[in-house]
Amino acid sequence: MTTSEKTAAVSRTSAEEAARSGIWVGIAAITMTFAAFTSAIIVREGTDTAWHHMTLPAVLYFNTLVLILSSITLELSRRPVAARIDRRDEAGEVNSRIGQFWLAGTLVLGLAFLFGQYMAWRELASQGLFLATNPSSSFFYVLTAVHGVHLLGGLAALGYLTGKLSMPAPRLRRSTVEATAIYWHFMGGLWIYLLLVMRTRL
Amino acid sequence: MQEASAPQAQQGHHGPPEGFIRKYIFSLDHKVIGKQYYALALVAVFIGMILSWLMRYHLIYPNGKIFGLEFLSKVGAPGGVMTPEYYLSLMTMHGTLMVFFVLTNAPFAAFGNYFLPIQIGAEDMAFPRFNMMSFWVTFVAFLVLVTAFFIPDGPPISGWTAYAPLSAVGPDAGPGQGWGQNLWGISIALFCVGSLLGSLNFIATTLDLRAKGMTLMRMPLSTWAWFITACISLLAFAVLLPACLLLVLDRMAGTSFFIPAGLVVSDRLQAHAGGSPLLWQHLFWFFGHPEVYIAILPAMGIVSHILVNSIRRPLLSAKVIIYSMMSIGFLSYMVWGHHMFVSGMNPFSSLMFSFPTLTITIPATVMTLIWLGSLYGARIRFTSASLFALGFISMFVSGGVSGFFLAQPSIDIYLHATYFVVGHFHMVMGVAAIFGVFAGTYFWFPKMTGRMMSEGLGKVHFWITFIGTYCIFMPFHYLGLAGNVRRYSSFVDDFLLPLMPVHRFITIAALITGAAQFIFLYNLIHSRFRGKVAPVNPWEATSLEWTIPSPPPWNNFGDRHPVVYHDPHQYGVKGTLGDYVMQDSPEKIENES
Repeated sequence: MTTSEKTAAVSRTSAEEAARSGIWVGIAAITMTFAAFTSAIIVREGTDTAWHHMTLPAVLYFNTLVLILSSITLELSRRPVAARIDRRDEAGEVNSRIGQFWLAGTLVLGLAFLFGQYMAWRELASQGLFLATNPSSSFFYVLTAVHGVHLLGGLAALGYLTGKLSMPAPRLRRSTVEATAIYWHFMGGLWIYLLLVMRTRL
Repeated sequence: MQEASAPQAQQGHHGPPEGFIRKYIFSLDHKVIGKQYYALALVAVFIGMILSWLMRYHLIYPNGKIFGLEFLSKVGAPGGVMTPEYYLSLMTMHGTLMVFFVLTNAPFAAFGNYFLPIQIGAEDMAFPRFNMMSFWVTFVAFLVLVTAFFIPDGPPISGWTAYAPLSAVGPDAGPGQGWGQNLWGISIALFCVGSLLGSLNFIATTLDLRAKGMTLMRMPLSTWAWFITACISLLAFAVLLPACLLLVLDRMAGTSFFIPAGLVVSDRLQAHAGGSPLLWQHLFWFFGHPEVYIAILPAMGIVSHILVNSIRRPLLSAKVIIYSMMSIGFLSYMVWGHHMFVSGMNPFSSLMFSFPTLTITIPATVMTLIWLGSLYGARIRFTSASLFALGFISMFVSGGVSGFFLAQPSIDIYLHATYFVVGHFHMVMGVAAIFGVFAGTYFWFPKMTGRMMSEGLGKVHFWITFIGTYCIFMPFHYLGLAGNVRRYSSFVDDFLLPLMPVHRFITIAALITGAAQFIFLYNLIHSRFRGKVAPVNPWEATSLEWTIPSPPPWNNFGDRHPVVYHDPHQYGVKGTLGDYVMQDSPEKIENES
């Protein structure tokens, strides 16, 4: 390890710690929100005598794969990005390009996911299922919309990282990258959970 | 837990503020944000108090004219005489303003924002931009709510609890249930976002920005209270937000989360089906019960902090206070159903909620016994701050004891929706928590402004308020036991008429006690400009806020990075400054525990 590597490894600034705690705190809050939605579905289904089960649009499964793939590309970007931030080697430029490539890939896949969600909405609409049509369609739109809004936040963070890395001497904390990654993976995990809930309940 | 390492590792994310806007309006400084929250709470509490005067006046003179009311609402008060629906509107706004914008803002967001970073030795909160956002989002939420007063249909009538289906069906349900309720839903949703951002900051700051030597167990009890409150708040508001979203969708998008089929309101069949009004109650109270602990815990922390200072010796056990507060926070999530004993839910569920409700009385009682035990034999320094702290204990016991009764479903069946409940929550929230705010104000005013408040006026304020609030709220319990139903705009039933003299007594007490709050307001404003200049540590206190100038500089500790050697309970010891040793003083203390 070079000296700067050692410093980077040992340096646990309070700002970094705060970013790491902060993202988990935020994830706890978002988890509670979706727990509330889940309990709402369970209660609603329990009291409703005329619950219409809906068939989930097939594109959702494709979207799921896209989101899982985006988590993989994000992980692939981690090492080159970390190397670029630490300026560990003279191949900084190369690292930056690789890191940016995988990050941009994640962004594109994230956008593709959102577009896919929009297509799912279109498909439901073509079947005459809108927000207020019946309880299961209501929950479908609410769950996918709220997840999508949170994902947009993640996309904004990814865009910020990509932008920063494109600068000649990027000043970026490792914790910012870590926090973004944790958040993005959480969004993926959350989506799989929501898919399961919707598959079994709606 | 990690401690901050080298000086450059501190959160130096903003330099000194420049320009009027950065200094006073869109400030990143936690101290300015704390004062902004306090000012917002002050405005909200005076509006809320005036609303309560209007309500109390109407209760004893249901056909009485109130001068000027018709200008506020032609529909709600034609000729100045309040309609029953408008009474409910005022009641809804009173509750909403007080619970959200006063009791969540003042003890927690205001004092917590100001003093938590300082008490742990930090330069600012972990995320100053989020912090600024949290205040301004809350401010916008306040504006949205208050707008409801000025729309033609008026504010909503469904209470601060906004029970469905009344709150969900729309304008058919009555005046204020059109845009009034929409504004309420949007306002509270915004408030949730502001609270979530604030709680995030408190938690991350407490975990990661503590100064060297400031272990968790060395944090003052007020900091512990804010930290635990933030943990509760994070999870609670994260549930209220989706609930408000679903409510707004029911109202504006035609969904049926909370509205059942076949509902006929105002002779009109509502085009909804399959919703569950009980679902709203579950979601709301899952938030609502932790919310009341969000209101009281900071006051408990502030009072403990002030009490230690006033009695000049440690509490019997600060650790037990901390563990009790943690238990209260944890248990607060298990009891929400005790608001729903009469909702028709399974009686076995009632049992399951009654047990933890009774259990939660244990840590609360333990804390009270520790306070009382610590006071026994102590030479108390009586200041306005310590008087309000002592008053808090009295109010907390008086108000809390009625909770033991309400916790039992069999008794609650009779007492639910009577004035007994109203008496209970007003004493614990409306009085005890507010006493915590008053105590904090008198205690920390010198630090925040560099000037002392008038002790004379403070003591007058205390005695009138203490006696006055007992006069107002103790009779509520009697009224409830006598069967006086709550949320009625007038009492015309035979069995209620004999209670009117009690109501008249209460109204007079409320008007006098309310008027006395202007003494506090005058003291606050006058002292800010003309008060005696305050020394750095007027109360000879030990915690870190008393080591910095009054008022503190923008970065709290200047270029210093405080190092902590002791807990904040080193009173009654031989210190170089007197009978106390400050947390950052390196001097050794004999027999330090």
